[in-house]
Amino acid sequence: MMLQTKNLTFFYNKETRFTFPELSCDSSNALLITGSSGKGKTTLLHLLAGLLRPKNGEIIIENVDISSLSEKQLDQFRGKNIGLILQQSHFIASMTVLENVVLASWLATGKKAVAKAEKLLSELDLENQKHKLPSQLSIGQQQRVSIARALINEPKLLLADEPTSSLDDENAFKVAELLEKLSKEYKAALVIVTHDSRLKNKFSNQINLN
Amino acid sequence: MIAKLAWRNIWFKPLNTLLSIILLASSVAIITVLILLQKQFEEKFSSNIDGVDLVLGAQGSPMQLILSSVYHIDNPTGNISYDSAKVWMNHPFIEKAIPLAFGDNYRGFKIVGTNSDYLDKYKAKISKGKLFNKNFEVVVGSEVAQKLNLNVGDKFHGSHGDAIEGEVHEHYAYKISGIASSTGSVIDNLILCNIPSVWQMHGTNEKEIGNPAHGEEGNVHEEDEHVHTEACNHKHEHQETDMTLNEPNMEITAVLLKFRNKMGIVMWPRIIAQNTKMQAASPAIEINRLFSLFGIGLKALEYLAYAIMLISGISIFIALYNRLKERKYEFALMRINGASRLQLLSLIMIESLILCFVGFLFGTIFGRFALGFISNSAEDDFKMAFNPLEIVWQKETMLLVATLIVGIIAAIIPAIKAYQLNISKTLANA
Repeated sequence: MMLQTKNLTFFYNKETRFTFPELSCDSSNALLITGSSGKGKTTLLHLLAGLLRPKNGEIIIENVDISSLSEKQLDQFRGKNIGLILQQSHFIASMTVLENVVLASWLATGKKAVAKAEKLLSELDLENQKHKLPSQLSIGQQQRVSIARALINEPKLLLADEPTSSLDDENAFKVAELLEKLSKEYKAALVIVTHDSRLKNKFSNQINLN
Repeated sequence: MIAKLAWRNIWFKPLNTLLSIILLASSVAIITVLILLQKQFEEKFSSNIDGVDLVLGAQGSPMQLILSSVYHIDNPTGNISYDSAKVWMNHPFIEKAIPLAFGDNYRGFKIVGTNSDYLDKYKAKISKGKLFNKNFEVVVGSEVAQKLNLNVGDKFHGSHGDAIEGEVHEHYAYKISGIASSTGSVIDNLILCNIPSVWQMHGTNEKEIGNPAHGEEGNVHEEDEHVHTEACNHKHEHQETDMTLNEPNMEITAVLLKFRNKMGIVMWPRIIAQNTKMQAASPAIEINRLFSLFGIGLKALEYLAYAIMLISGISIFIALYNRLKERKYEFALMRINGASRLQLLSLIMIESLILCFVGFLFGTIFGRFALGFISNSAEDDFKMAFNPLEIVWQKETMLLVATLIVGIIAAIIPAIKAYQLNISKTLANA
C-alpha cells in the first residue's frame, strides 16, 4: 500500500476537532475525498502532504511514518515523494514556466531536470508557453503547469486540492483525465480532495468526510 | 539556483531595486571620496614637510608662514634680514637650512629663489638641461614645463608678486637652464632660481618698492608696508654686475630648517620669538591644526554619508518587507517543492546582499569619478591633484563589510518571517 492512515485526528482548537476515517491508496490508483466545506478536506490534504502534523495517529507513505520525521527530513521527503497540486496555482513570479518546473526538481533533488521538464510540458501541451512568465498564461494553462511541476520528481503520492474548481467543464474534464492518466504513467497514488460533483462520476474509489 | 532566483527577484521590481541601489551607491560614493581625499590630502601635506623641522620667517601667523613657505598656497608673512637669518642657519644645531626668497611669478607659477638643496629635499632630479648656476637661470618644475609648454633655452619675463596681473619686470629675462623631474610635491609647480636673481630683479627696479605688497591686492596695512618689501635691495640701483649671495643687508622670505639636534625644535620657537624680529614655526604642529579644522567638515560629511546608508538600509528593508506579503505563496510553494526553511532565509539574505554589493560597486566607481572632478578643480585652484584610481584597501574593505552588514540587518526581519512561514495556513487562506 502506497498511502495508509490510521486513527488520524487533528484540531486547530477545542471547537474544531477532526477525526478522519482510515485511508489507503495504492500506486497507480486514485482516491477521491469529498465532503462539504468545513469538514476538514484541506486539513486532511495538508496532513497527508506533511504541511501539518497530526495530533494523533499515523500517516504512512511508502512504509515511512511521516509524522516521525524532523522538519528538515520532512522538507526533503515532501520534495522527493509528494507532488502537490493546489486549487489556485502559485508560481515564482519572476521565473518562466520552464524555470518554475526545473526549480521544483532542483529543490527536491539538487539536480536540474531540464530535459524532463521540457518533455512534461510538451506532454501537457505547453510547449509554446515554456518561456513565458506564469502570469501571462490562462488559468487552465497555469493549472497544467502546476501538474507538470507536481510530477517533475516522479512522486509516489500525488495530492490535488480542488484541482478543477476554478475551471470550466471542458477544462475540468481535461484536467481530471490528465491526472488519472499521468498518475498511472508515473505509478503514483492519486488523492484528490474536492467538492466538485463533476469528478464524482469519474472516480469510483471515494471517501466522504461527512 | 537560489542566487539566480534572488537575482531574478531583484530585477522583477526594478524601481524598488533602483532606489535602494542609488541610495546605497551615493552613500558609498561619498565615503569613498572622503577616504581617498583624506588619505591623499594628508599624504601630500605630510610628504611636503618631510625634512622640515621648523620654518624661520617674518612674524605673523605661523600657519600663514607654513602655508606660504612650505605649500605655496598663501601669501608670505613678510621678509626677514638674510644677515640675521644666517646667524641661525649656521648654528651647530642645524643640519640643513634652505633659504627661500619669493618675489615674482610667471603666468601664475611662483618664481622662488633658493639653492640646489631645495631640489634635493624633494628628491627632484634635473630631467632635462642642468641646474641654474648663473643669475636669471631657472629650473622649472615638471608641471610648469608641461602646462606652459616650456623648454630648455626658453626665455621669459616674470610678473611682480603672486598675481598674474602683476607688473612685468622688463629689465631682465629669465632663461630656462633645466627642467625638474616630476616628484608629486609642490616643486612640480614652481620655478626655481638662485637667490641673487631675485635680489637683482628687484634691486634694479627701485620704484617697485613702494608698490603694494605681495599678494595683498591693492591696499596694504601701513605696518606691512615696510615688511613686504620683497626680497628687494634698496641700495643697489642699476646694478651692472651680477649680485652674489654675499651682498650685505639683503632680505629673504623664509628659511626651511632641519635640525641635527632635535632639542632645537622645541627650544627655538621661543628663543627666536624673544630675541629677534622673526618667528620659527613648526610645520607639524600647524598642519595638525589645519587637519583638525578640516576634520570637522570631513566628519560632518562622513555622518551625512552614514545617514544616507542608514536610509538605504531602511529602503531595502521596506522593499523586502512589502514584497513578503505577495511572495508568501512563492515561499509556501518552494517549501512544498522541498525547499528548507534555511533556503528561504538565505534567498532573502542573498537578495539583500546582492543589492548592497551592486550598490557598493557603483558607489566606489561614482566616488572615483567625483574625485576626478574634485581633483581637476583642486588642480586649477590649489595646484593639488588627487589620484582617483588609488585603492585604500583597508578602509575600503571595511566599507564593503559595513555595506554588507547593512544588507544583513535590513534582511533579518523579512528573512525570519519567511523562515517562520506557516505553509498550511498560507495555502489554506489562498
